Amino acid sequence: MTKKTSHSNKVDRRKFLAGVAVAGAAAVTSEAKAILPSGKEAPRVPSVVRPSTQFAQAQISTPTVTDHGAHAGHPGLMHGKPGSDYMLDCIKALDIDYVITNPASSCRGLHDSIITYGDNKKPELLTVMHEETGTAMAHGYFKVTGKPAISLCHGTVGLQHAAMAIYNAWCDRAPVIMMIGNSLDANQRRPGVPTTHSVQDPASMVRDIIKWDDQPTSLVHFGESMMRAYRIAMTPPYEPVLLVLDEDLQEHGVESFPRIPKMAMPAPPTGNPNAVREAARLLVNADNPVIVADRACRTQAGVNSLVQLCELLNATLVDQGGRMNFPNQHPLYARGTAPVTQADVVLGLELTDFFGTVNEFIDNPGAEQSSRLKQGAKLISITAVDLYMKSNFQDIQRYQPVDISIAADTEATLPSLIEAVKVEMTPARRAVADKRGQAAKAAYAQSKERMRADAAGQAWNASPVSSSRLVAELWSLIKTEDWALVGRSLGNWPQRMWDFKQHHQFIGGSGGAGVGYNLPAAVGAALGHKQMGRLPINIQPDGDCMYAPGALWTLAHHQIPLLTIMNNNRAYHQEVMHLQRMAAWRNRRMDRWHIATKIDNPNVSYAKLADSMGVAGIGPIDNPADLGAALKRGIDIVKRGEPVLIDVVMQPR
Amino acid sequence: MKLVIFASVVLSAALFAGAAAIGAPAPAGDAVKGKASYLKYGCYTCHGYEGQGAAATGKKLAPNPLAYPAFTGFVRSTSRDMPPFTEQILPEQDLMDIHAYLRSIPAAPNPATIPLLQGAGG
Repeated sequence: MTKKTSHSNKVDRRKFLAGVAVAGAAAVTSEAKAILPSGKEAPRVPSVVRPSTQFAQAQISTPTVTDHGAHAGHPGLMHGKPGSDYMLDCIKALDIDYVITNPASSCRGLHDSIITYGDNKKPELLTVMHEETGTAMAHGYFKVTGKPAISLCHGTVGLQHAAMAIYNAWCDRAPVIMMIGNSLDANQRRPGVPTTHSVQDPASMVRDIIKWDDQPTSLVHFGESMMRAYRIAMTPPYEPVLLVLDEDLQEHGVESFPRIPKMAMPAPPTGNPNAVREAARLLVNADNPVIVADRACRTQAGVNSLVQLCELLNATLVDQGGRMNFPNQHPLYARGTAPVTQADVVLGLELTDFFGTVNEFIDNPGAEQSSRLKQGAKLISITAVDLYMKSNFQDIQRYQPVDISIAADTEATLPSLIEAVKVEMTPARRAVADKRGQAAKAAYAQSKERMRADAAGQAWNASPVSSSRLVAELWSLIKTEDWALVGRSLGNWPQRMWDFKQHHQFIGGSGGAGVGYNLPAAVGAALGHKQMGRLPINIQPDGDCMYAPGALWTLAHHQIPLLTIMNNNRAYHQEVMHLQRMAAWRNRRMDRWHIATKIDNPNVSYAKLADSMGVAGIGPIDNPADLGAALKRGIDIVKRGEPVLIDVVMQPR
Repeated sequence: MKLVIFASVVLSAALFAGAAAIGAPAPAGDAVKGKASYLKYGCYTCHGYEGQGAAATGKKLAPNPLAYPAFTGFVRSTSRDMPPFTEQILPEQDLMDIHAYLRSIPAAPNPATIPLLQGAGG
């Protein structure tokens, strides 16, 4: 490896010695009197002089010695091939589409390699105005495309900005690849801010919420760790990983690059055959089996398998909405907790909270808890999270005892479970299952009528606009398009009114419930849909938008089409409920809850906010009669390939 | 404990689903003042400006609210996720006004007359 060109703060050994001599002489002449040209006698030179400050410092400081032989030629040019070019070659080998960054000097080597050596193509560098935005974009992008993106940022200040988004990705089992710049060698660091931005162990700040990290110290080491990071992130349970890019490693030149390591992805972990067989036996022999799915399906193949399993058993599927798991207009589809109360066997698939699924908790002064289950109900769990969890953050939720626990990836295990169910199924049990199917079809027809009555009865013509009205207006305009919902689900009205069939049509929520996720994740998801020419729709909470509204600029700058509808209810309503509980439990005045919970006085003009960043802004719309035309105008803009934001003043819920 | 909770659920469901039919006389109340109180006490944040309710946060209150005895009984004594509002923090007259406001909310349109809803649900 050749060394990079000398820094201004380095001292050449010969020049250093000469400098010391000059300094010493200067010290002498400054304190002793010379023989003057006029012939006057100069003062006597003392045998010993007090050294100057400069001289003293030169004696006690440790100089940097550069290797002259390594950079013959122009002293301002580096020699050899930049290490960051090799890093980019490794990234390209993994077919990464995007590196998302708020520019950081500690990543300048890789930044330059991407835009010059790599011609800014595959991966393309995208600009964001906050590291939380970039990381959440990578989170959303993965959930649409199934491919990880890289969030590139400073190792200290950038990583701290990104931390909240990393936590969301961690809780949501999303494989974001974090890359952060850092300068390990104190002797090579630029002084001042770059040194302030350097850190011994940057990953320690987020190690509890990432699956793996490394700080490579050679290019060979980087190549191996890049492959390892990708494999670990993309093996269920998917999680974020982090690589620290040493500045010197990025910037130094080398004569030749190491080979790029080969990589084969591990097959996802599947369930133990005996445990799967036992689970099938319980399900087939149950009178009322219920399957609950949270982050169960990673792809459309998973959705298809889950449909097959439910139809074999005619088991109700309770969708907790962590991913698009099941077609919502299927007669076996359900939401909520009611089916669990009637079950004699509950199969939980990648549940975040099995305890909360089968137990009720009331937020009252007694913190009352009770089981939702029928006496003797059996529980089966399949989740890859059993294979990997950490202790500090409590996203693992309460411990729930189960009867069969299968530590495996659900999607990879479903085919063997389906086969086992077929083997266990007898004509008698088939008849029982068929009867359940008939009942489910009848209940489904009733649920459609109930949905229409609920929608009409929930402030249909009111101003501000109701959730059901907005969702119905939208559906009438998008149902013939290739649409996808990339934002929050607005009280589950889309699941009641729309027709979700494809895995990419819904990406679930944030995971960690860290506010500020929705807008940037929607931007990342929309980026994934752009490649496929789809119409992405984001129903955007207003408070969430204001965490990092610069994501709107990224939409415009990178020409990402996205229909954003601002769910502008002008308050943090979730927090209002908590304040009302506190005041009521304490029997105190009930008219102060608005303090620090409302987003008004002044009202935010989201259309103007969008306009200011190059995104077409429409609204505010508070009359439901005006909604249809505004939505149509917005959809036309998105179909032209541009982003748009429609500000709709909404009911609180 | 479990029995108590079960009883509470049953009571709540009965109160919200069927007590309007009991036909108790409506109390005196001012709907205009009631709307102001409905906002002041933050009822709307869970139940909506029109008392329409929302699946995750608050039950439907209007149109056709519970008869006043059942209504006030629940508001004063609930131990569910909605906390109890005692007379000390929500005076009886304010609660009567709120009830008047809820009674003033017009009936919902017939869903069969709304074309948008005919295409909803896949």
